[in-house]
Amino acid sequence: MSEVSAYDSLSEGIPGPSNFALVGNPNCGKTTLFNALTGLKQKVGNYPGVTVEKKQGECFLNNGQKISLLDLPGAYSLHARSPDEAVLRDVLLGRRRDTPRPEGILIVVDATNLERHLYLATQIMELGIPCILVLNMMDIVAERQMSIDQATLSSSLGGVPIIPMSAAKREGLIELKHAMARTDIPLPSSGIKLDTSIAQGLESAWHQLRETGLLHPKQNLLEPLYILSDRDPMHSGVDDRQWKSLEAASKALAEAHPGWEDRLVAKRYDTIHSVVEKVVRRQADQGPTLSDRLDGFLLHPVWGWVALVAILSVLFTLIFKIADGPMGWIETFFDTLATQVTQGMPAGDLRDLISDGVIAGVGGVVVFLPQILILFFFIGLMEDTGYMARVAFMMDRVMSRVGLNGKSFLPLLSSHACAVPGIMATRTIDHPKDRLITILVSPLAGCSARLPVYLLMIATLVPTEEIPLLTRVGFLLAMYALGIGGAFLFAWIFHRGLIKGEGAPMILELPSYKAPAWSAVLWHMWERTRLFLRRAGTVILTISIVLWAALTYPRSEQEEPAMAIEHSLAGQLGKWMEPAIEPMGFDWKIGIGLIASFAAREVFVSTMSIIYSVEDSEDLKPLRDRLRSEKRRDGSPVYTPRVCLSLMVFYVFAMQCLSTVAVVRRETNGWKWPLFQFAYMTLTALLASTLVYQIGGWLGQS
Amino acid sequence: MDDVKRLSDLEQGVAALIDRIPSGDAAMTRLRELGILPGTAITVVRRAPLGDPIEIAVRGSLISLREREAIQIQVRPA
Repeated sequence: MSEVSAYDSLSEGIPGPSNFALVGNPNCGKTTLFNALTGLKQKVGNYPGVTVEKKQGECFLNNGQKISLLDLPGAYSLHARSPDEAVLRDVLLGRRRDTPRPEGILIVVDATNLERHLYLATQIMELGIPCILVLNMMDIVAERQMSIDQATLSSSLGGVPIIPMSAAKREGLIELKHAMARTDIPLPSSGIKLDTSIAQGLESAWHQLRETGLLHPKQNLLEPLYILSDRDPMHSGVDDRQWKSLEAASKALAEAHPGWEDRLVAKRYDTIHSVVEKVVRRQADQGPTLSDRLDGFLLHPVWGWVALVAILSVLFTLIFKIADGPMGWIETFFDTLATQVTQGMPAGDLRDLISDGVIAGVGGVVVFLPQILILFFFIGLMEDTGYMARVAFMMDRVMSRVGLNGKSFLPLLSSHACAVPGIMATRTIDHPKDRLITILVSPLAGCSARLPVYLLMIATLVPTEEIPLLTRVGFLLAMYALGIGGAFLFAWIFHRGLIKGEGAPMILELPSYKAPAWSAVLWHMWERTRLFLRRAGTVILTISIVLWAALTYPRSEQEEPAMAIEHSLAGQLGKWMEPAIEPMGFDWKIGIGLIASFAAREVFVSTMSIIYSVEDSEDLKPLRDRLRSEKRRDGSPVYTPRVCLSLMVFYVFAMQCLSTVAVVRRETNGWKWPLFQFAYMTLTALLASTLVYQIGGWLGQS
Repeated sequence: MDDVKRLSDLEQGVAALIDRIPSGDAAMTRLRELGILPGTAITVVRRAPLGDPIEIAVRGSLISLREREAIQIQVRPA
């Protein structure tokens, strides 16, 4: 039926909608459909003022017409409960200046679960925008021997065009594109009417709010309806002054019509239920689905843990094993590049700036790309298959102890390899407060850049030539445990006092497992990495240059690098701050190391090599021996066990990572939180190291 | 009415109907929007391995909610 009219529209020559927005519940296959329609022609950005991702793309219809597409955030309702849902509501009501109201909407629903998905779908159909209802996952509908009477469904919903498809298998795309080309897409209708009394209540609230500029002057009651039921804790799209009036109006409405929202929900489900009864036919005895059987294993009280530990072990082994090779290549590449520059360019500041500042600085970040890519790949895979929600389900109890929820687990865990992908993965945490706290504590997880520092210090600290494996592992585990303990402690503190806003109830949908869409997973991985490089790139480059300059200027006559660094601004700064770091047991040379490793922790090792004129190599022994023989002015050794411990503890807590600062700035939309994070972590580091050194002193340690 | 109990006390796998769900609170409103309404058929699928949260099947979806919310919802035998 829809195809015939699609051909008709071609002959008329009047264009249909020139843009469509994709709307649907989380896990309805909306993003898969968006990818299938746009191919790789997409642009990812942010909605101004909120950390909600804006995905745009374009596609060509069968008649050659170019259509722009907007992939709106997944949502359960227009009664917004999160910034994502507030953005969806505001775009669809035409309330966002940065995004025009779409001319057409593709409502994507999971056809295996029509009843639940029609809740949002019918809300959308009342907005007065032409819609196409996409029944996705029809392959699974067939598998389960269900049937859906599409003609009746369409006529129950005001004649909305219905396109059955399986986006993951690219089935139904052509038919969908035909429907999108129609010029006569009807305005759908849910057939659900507002109670007169509630309508009157909304009307008077609307008059009350008219002065605030919060509502459009000439809109129907839908705008006040959805604004007055706003539950987004960030109040996205509402300013403080408006919020006061809104709160008052909302309260007045609730008093005049107790439970008005609940009545609307019940009425909508009544209508949907009767429609679904008419159109959906199921096989009587279905038995457990494959997904149910998988859950029986993966969420089993015993096997569930075995599976979780096994999956995560494989993940971490892969991160460190697979990433090892490419990381070596990247290091070699940047080393070679720096050597080429050194040999190819005339000696001078410019040459040093490029080889020691730019190339070394950027190389220090790029070297972590293999790990970042692998992590993004696995995070994407776990999200796409549905396992991520299960991990959150299993870990929720643990995380709730410190006020977080199960969704914070994976970002925190990923941060043990690298905090950058961990922090970027917090986007799946829908409650802003939980998300912010997770971002703030993630860098306390013992990331792999700390490893070189720990290993050097353990080597220096243990008096034997070869360190027993158990001793080494013991020290490392202690440092990781300290980091995790710190993360939990600060999460609890932030949750309790520092950050306003109530704790969120953890309501989580466990979607059916599905085979991963590899192209989507790879695309996700590439997109995240690109975003990281682009957003973090400029900050990293700038600070690398500044750090290089601090370690280079003022130039001295000394040819010896160790003397030059002592003479430099960083060297002077190190000496100047010696009294401040003395309580931690550090001298000015360690001070320089701390300054130099401000951008990336592992730089500490190479800086110490320069300071002590030891050739930088894979083998730690020459540097270790040099450190062991280093003496203070009074002849006592500098690197006593308690200094080594104090230094390790400093690196557990200190925010010595520029990439993380850059990513936090991007993910929190400003400098406030990265600066706060830098401050609290650095202060904790100073305090903790001082404690270690001083308590060590009292205990009679040299 | 003796048969009415809290959702958090409902045994695993037993079919039940929602009897009462509180009004007005953001979490409860969202649970309603996910289809958990008076009269709706519901079963507890399982508890998380650590005892909380609880996974329920309702209107064809699997939803996880914490004990703290489940305690406020009342169910009766189907």
